[in-house]
Amino acid sequence: MAATIQGIGATAYSVNSDRFQLPSLRSFSESKGRFFALRSEGKVIGGSRGRNVSPLVTNAVAAKGESATASTSAKPGFNVLFLLRHEVLLFEALREGLDEEMMRDPSVCVMGEDVGHYGGSYKVTKGLAEKYGDLRVLDTPIAENSFTGMGIGAAMTGLRPVIEGMNMGFLLLAFNQISNNCGMLHYTSGGQFKIPVVIRGPGGVGRQLGAEHSQRLESYFQSIPGIQMVACSTPYNAKGLMKAAIRCENPVILFEHVLLYNLKERIPDEEYVLSLEEAEMVRPGEHVTILTYSRMRYHVMQAAKTLVNKGYDPEVIDIRSLKPFDLYTIGNSVKKTHRVLIVEECMRTGGIGASLTAAITENFHDYLDAPIVCLSSQDVPTPYAGTLEEWTVVQPAQIVTAVEQLCK
Amino acid sequence: MALSHVATTSRSQLLKPLTIISSSLRHPISTDTTPITVETSVPFTGHKCEPPSRTVETNPQELLTFFKDMALMRRMEIAADSLYKAKLIRGFCHLYDGQEAVAVGMEAALTKKDCIITAYRDHCIFLGRGGTLLESFAELMGRKDGCSRGKGGSMHFYKKEGGFYGGHGIVGAQVPLGCGLAFAQKYSKDENVTFALYGDGAANQGQLFEALNMAALWDLPAILVCENNHYGMGTAEWRAAKSPAYYKRGDYVPGLKVDGMDALAVKQACKFAKEHALKNGPIVNFSPVDTLETTLVELLEMDTYRYHGHSMSDPGSTYRTRDEISGVRQERDPIERIRKLILAHDLATEKELKDIEKEFRKDVDEAIAAAKESPMPDPSELFTNIYVKDCGLEVYGVDRKEVKTMLP
Repeated sequence: MAATIQGIGATAYSVNSDRFQLPSLRSFSESKGRFFALRSEGKVIGGSRGRNVSPLVTNAVAAKGESATASTSAKPGFNVLFLLRHEVLLFEALREGLDEEMMRDPSVCVMGEDVGHYGGSYKVTKGLAEKYGDLRVLDTPIAENSFTGMGIGAAMTGLRPVIEGMNMGFLLLAFNQISNNCGMLHYTSGGQFKIPVVIRGPGGVGRQLGAEHSQRLESYFQSIPGIQMVACSTPYNAKGLMKAAIRCENPVILFEHVLLYNLKERIPDEEYVLSLEEAEMVRPGEHVTILTYSRMRYHVMQAAKTLVNKGYDPEVIDIRSLKPFDLYTIGNSVKKTHRVLIVEECMRTGGIGASLTAAITENFHDYLDAPIVCLSSQDVPTPYAGTLEEWTVVQPAQIVTAVEQLCK
Repeated sequence: MALSHVATTSRSQLLKPLTIISSSLRHPISTDTTPITVETSVPFTGHKCEPPSRTVETNPQELLTFFKDMALMRRMEIAADSLYKAKLIRGFCHLYDGQEAVAVGMEAALTKKDCIITAYRDHCIFLGRGGTLLESFAELMGRKDGCSRGKGGSMHFYKKEGGFYGGHGIVGAQVPLGCGLAFAQKYSKDENVTFALYGDGAANQGQLFEALNMAALWDLPAILVCENNHYGMGTAEWRAAKSPAYYKRGDYVPGLKVDGMDALAVKQACKFAKEHALKNGPIVNFSPVDTLETTLVELLEMDTYRYHGHSMSDPGSTYRTRDEISGVRQERDPIERIRKLILAHDLATEKELKDIEKEFRKDVDEAIAAAKESPMPDPSELFTNIYVKDCGLEVYGVDRKEVKTMLP
């Protein structure tokens, strides 16, 4: 079993959230006193052929009085090879994950608009068409409904397509295929067919892209039974989640963010796969649990810096798995801090935050000292004007205010 | 109606092995394979291709199999009609009687490795692909022994081993899936084809043309078959389509118009289409002269008719006259045509054929009785097959309060 290191508290944040760097390993040895969470992924990596997902948390809901079993066993020993790292940008990390999986399994293929010869509009598939050919990295016409359907049909026979939506918003055209055929086919066929597709693409509010290109599709897709949804936020988890999503037997929707593609980080040279259903502990703390995902993680960490200076100790969790929620990690955190703040980019009505609020209230009501506060984007189409766009999305200052209110 | 000309040829061309759909056949099928040559009722009409000859090679074994298969299908559909009226089948039930020739003719031209995908009028095609009567009736009645474990219903019959990919409720959504099946076949270099069936109503769907474009662009081994029963739900074809010549709607894709009430014509057309789709050799694009070489995809239009309404909730007589229905039944009924052929060639006596039908009546009654005995699915089945391996997830019932379960 190899242990992976996650969530080392980062020291340096630039105000520009576009470039986010984790400290190099040299500084790691200096921070012995700091608590860090090690999580064993339980996966034999490096040359494994099996498609088994790591042993999953069988009880997703933390029951009362149950001692927290070792999901955070701080084992000091770790694979030395793991220390070898290389620096990548997030889109390169995604590409690495995709490349490794395509090499490992010939049934993995990519389809989408401009993914082949153009190299992908966000360069995620750059170079893959030259390496794997035009059939494995397929340039499709601009017909989301039908090429998503085509990917699903191919998956029914055993292929593992990775379907790219150039922007998540365009996948609204493929909603019928995603909902009915992708999500429900395993059920309505009584288990005869499985649909191991990965549907991925960038979404979220960008820089003045306009209303139609700034959509957060996770709110619309979350009700579809039969799919899993994950959101990546760092190069490390982007590569791990991409690989896990491709290996997963269920349809997975991988939400990337338009503004996070150029994040830089040093990721391990050795192969690793993350768990699709686990949340990531970004910064352990005592006073309040802040749940977030994707780009809002960086706004939260920026606010956390201010909060720490003000004497607060927030615990920041990147939930990563949007469907299903990792209620185990979240529950343990709630039991510790008794206060929850959700920071999301979805709109107020019917977003991931709304579902998460309901889930936490239902399961952990007794542990809460205060009502859950959910900071979401405004229920408006994203305006073009820069200042207006800024006001639709949650900003760090609002997060600081909310925590102060919550911890009164 | 064209009568047959008995002609023995020196070619002892054996036709492909035929499917046996009822496991409880008591009359041995005549194994006589002396070729008989029959002319189809009407010649084929081609669009951008040279249509195949009207002269079809068949043999007594095949004709008897056609008769039996169609008689069984007809009986099953009539029985389903009574079951629906007895409220044992609920929801939607779309019956195929009248169109049986398409199902059996297609089966005669294909193997089980070829894929068939269709919409919701799928009971008979399911039978043709190897489904049993028990699976059929049990699924219609929502019982555990149904082909989809009772969780799919009339519109979601699937048979993975038989290469039958459903069974889809949304009009037209199965055509992109069909192209995906063909894509997978091309990817795996299978030398098999996919027949994607749709109706005249679905012929006006955009996703069909999107899928056709992609199939033609990448030379996928897909054959799109329009089962034109002239009424899209309650609207006649001429009121819904500017160009009801569906076999021409593929434009650059070769098309063939077939008499869908003549099983032999259907068989000939499907064989022709399959050979065309698997044709190897250089594909000359933009060739102005021989358009047959520009695409491997083929569009077949089956001119057929359904006696029942669109579904059981449609009487079928508000948008067409009873005279029309009985007229078609008298002149073009597929089972009658084969019966006349059999009698004309002295392959069986009138009494023998009637006995076969009586026996199938009994088989169907037995299957219905067995299906009625089959239990309803277990309540735990509500949560199975949502995800593959149903991994550690929490699933809520409708009210989020009571019905909650932890998936294993």
